[in-house]
Amino acid sequence: MAHSVKKYRGLMDWITTVDHKKIGILYFAAGGLFFVIGGIEALLIRLQLMFPLGADGESWLLSGQTYNEIMTMHGTTMIFLAAMPLIFGLMNAVVPLQIGARDVAFPFLNSLGFWTFFFGGVLLNISWFTGTVPDIGWTAYAPLSGTEFSGTGSDYYAIGLQIAGIGTLVGGINFLVTIINMRAPGMTFMRMPLFTWTSFITSGIILFAFPALAVGLIYISFDRLFDANFFVTATGGNSVLWEHIFWIFGHPEVYILILPAFGAISEVLPTFARKRLFGYSSMVFATALIGFLSFMVWAHHMFTTGMGDIANALFGVATMLIAIPTGIKVFNWLFTIWGGKIRFTTAMLYATSFIPTFVMGGVTGVMLAIPPADFQFHDSYFVVAHFHYVIVGGIVLSLLAAVFYWWPKMFGRMLNETLGKWSFWLFFSGFHLTFFIQHFLGLWGMPRRVFTYLPNQGWDTANFVSTIGAFFMAAGVIVILINVIISIKGPKAPADPWDGRTLEWSIPSPSPEYNFKQLPLVRGLDAFWLEKMDGKKEMTPAEPLGPIHMPSPSILPFFMSLGLFIAGFGFMYRGYEFDSALINSLFGNDIIAILGLAITFVCMFLRSVYDDHGYHIEVEELQKEG
Amino acid sequence: MGQGSNPIDPKASVAEEQYGLILLSLGIMILVVIVVFVLYFYAIVRYRRKPGDDSIPKQVEGSHKLEIIWTVIPLILLLILAIPSVAITFSQDEDYTEDPEVIQVKAIGHQFWWEFEYSDLEIYTAQDLVLPVNQRVQFELTATDVKHSFWIPGMGGKMDTNPGNINLLYLDTPAEPEVLLGKCAEFCGASHALMDFKVRVVSEEEYDAWVANMQAPTAAVDADVQSGEELFKQNCMSCHAIESGFPGLGPNLKGFADRELVGSYLEMTDENIFKWIKNPQEVKGGSTMPAIPLEDDQFHDIVKYLKTLTLE
Repeated sequence: MAHSVKKYRGLMDWITTVDHKKIGILYFAAGGLFFVIGGIEALLIRLQLMFPLGADGESWLLSGQTYNEIMTMHGTTMIFLAAMPLIFGLMNAVVPLQIGARDVAFPFLNSLGFWTFFFGGVLLNISWFTGTVPDIGWTAYAPLSGTEFSGTGSDYYAIGLQIAGIGTLVGGINFLVTIINMRAPGMTFMRMPLFTWTSFITSGIILFAFPALAVGLIYISFDRLFDANFFVTATGGNSVLWEHIFWIFGHPEVYILILPAFGAISEVLPTFARKRLFGYSSMVFATALIGFLSFMVWAHHMFTTGMGDIANALFGVATMLIAIPTGIKVFNWLFTIWGGKIRFTTAMLYATSFIPTFVMGGVTGVMLAIPPADFQFHDSYFVVAHFHYVIVGGIVLSLLAAVFYWWPKMFGRMLNETLGKWSFWLFFSGFHLTFFIQHFLGLWGMPRRVFTYLPNQGWDTANFVSTIGAFFMAAGVIVILINVIISIKGPKAPADPWDGRTLEWSIPSPSPEYNFKQLPLVRGLDAFWLEKMDGKKEMTPAEPLGPIHMPSPSILPFFMSLGLFIAGFGFMYRGYEFDSALINSLFGNDIIAILGLAITFVCMFLRSVYDDHGYHIEVEELQKEG
Repeated sequence: MGQGSNPIDPKASVAEEQYGLILLSLGIMILVVIVVFVLYFYAIVRYRRKPGDDSIPKQVEGSHKLEIIWTVIPLILLLILAIPSVAITFSQDEDYTEDPEVIQVKAIGHQFWWEFEYSDLEIYTAQDLVLPVNQRVQFELTATDVKHSFWIPGMGGKMDTNPGNINLLYLDTPAEPEVLLGKCAEFCGASHALMDFKVRVVSEEEYDAWVANMQAPTAAVDADVQSGEELFKQNCMSCHAIESGFPGLGPNLKGFADRELVGSYLEMTDENIFKWIKNPQEVKGGSTMPAIPLEDDQFHDIVKYLKTLTLE
């Protein structure tokens, strides 16, 4: 019954893989790369703002236009191309192992999700080489994003994010199905680890939020490429419509990112405090409630848009309510470590430092929820400080905790703890140095998204200090990169290096391609911990040893995404005047766009008509591996 | 400290109410932060694992009592915060467009300058907003190109100017004459950072004199600036009016020489005016003002003419 399966090696292996663990690593590699690019952009931003405008009116480093491009790409890259893939990388690496599954529900789709994200991100960044970089802010407010006020850069934004967004949406659906259907025997919903729970809720939010973004980006693209009239005010369109569409995606997006971060914290804290998560069921409830409320508050980004008192008051109060489930989470974390036996590994340093940092970001969120106060805060550096406390102090700190925590399981090597602690102190102190003072800059009236500021407004020193902090953060990231590189030759990781509590620690590091030789029987929350407390070394199997069915690798997702990538260029440049008549006719007659879409559709056709039943790993093979 | 104009140095009632809410929320939030920090630091210091200690702590499932405490207390704190927030949200959304006691000003955002239309007085001006002390002002906000946001931090919070619709915002002026800084707060393109304006709050007499001067026709110029005037008429007049009764594609220049700044951020000097009109893109990237092909001495003549555009 076993098919002979073509096994690829090297680069082909990575391009064709449908293994969730390898896809997780791909997400990490690509997300890490974009994180570094976004970080360099951040450094340029801070360098530019280090000094005020010169007396002669000369900007010392960047022009307004260049600054706007860097600022736009920093925000867009960090949200869509760094934070999202790193979250997905983590979900891929961890969720199937935590629920005792051999893979995600749709491995092929998983690969497609990665490649569409990757090609979308590459497309967006190619704008640096064509010289038409998006310069409209990551929010791309109309009418600035229309053809009258911005160039091809806005097409890169709309089409790049459209392609990358497909990846996120299919990824979200995949994890919903995986978590609902693929749990090991005994793994009931209320026994799922918190990281799996938060991934589940996040996937649900993705399912409802990303279509809104897709529709909005289609509107922008149609306005720009086909002279549609959604947002063009001069001809009766409505620019406020875009704000609503963007934020009805954009606010849930914040929770899409932060919930898995909460989940990772909820795994790291119990492990290193050696104590079960305090108030598990209220943590689950709070997560679900946050997920629900995330769709009820989008207009708090628009208090100054002119919605009027009733809308402002309602959205303000709804926003304040989010503080309740978030507070529940914070206090449950505190009482998880309370009475524990805390060991401060690098992962735990990042995880514990997350708590006060995130609380500081959270309380300014409540302050911003007061509409009349927000009239002052809005679009000032107070907002910049707030969302960097939430995104860097919340999401990035917990992602780093997660990286240090799950790295051994993903790569089978330990990261160096000494370097890890150096990176922590550099990054953590740099972070507060950069962003704490920005609260005051906002209160002193400094607007955000400004490429420069006039001297003698009392902002010079604070901006200088903030820039110094950014370099500390950069140093921290460099130490992390060094740590990653030397870990290639680092000590081999044991199966359970941290005395873990959940299923992923019951299998070897790195886990074999089939994850679990025999699916485990789950007897309660913290399944592996329960077994260890009963004196066992491994999980009780829930099935006899038998052949394991595996999906075949496939190159099709890569080419499907490549087709969309090519089609994207075809659409973007259909109205562009090239020097060459041939190229003009190729783009102008939509031949490139049709060719790209044809590649994608042919791949979809092949996928549909060619039945690939995968292959089996036989029992003898499993026994040989031990 | 921020100087000139900022949210925590309120100069009039709207900003004061908003500052009050900022302080109230800050107080409650500092309380929350202190509680969390105390619990946090106690926990991470007290519950460190001692070397060699391999014992397993008690596995606590949770506590209903505690869950209720940290749900109800924050709820009460939010209630304390929500009541004045909602009240002021409504009171600050009052519409004074029909109130004869209130000055009506239409503020229109352009890339990258501000146009002010005193609706009842038929005065159009730009960049310097002149207002009397102790006065409520009703702004009607809109924009002609992209979204901007009208913000005078010392007088109160901002409101977006959306092309295609009108937003209402009222503000009160300070009790004493002073000059406040105003800003564009919504990202609007290459020179968004340079889209400042000035608010000159003056005594009532001075305001009345300003209105009279603005409405009076511009006087004829001396012979030595006539060449500049001629050049201005040929090259600039299609966008810039010099009588206050007319809007234009560019800023109305009635009283230009009295303004605080050139190009919204440079000091009002001859060199800066020259620099600005000779090469607008260099001074203000993305500006819609075209560079006009003239000789340097012709530009100097225009500068000379522009300097005559005073109100006295």
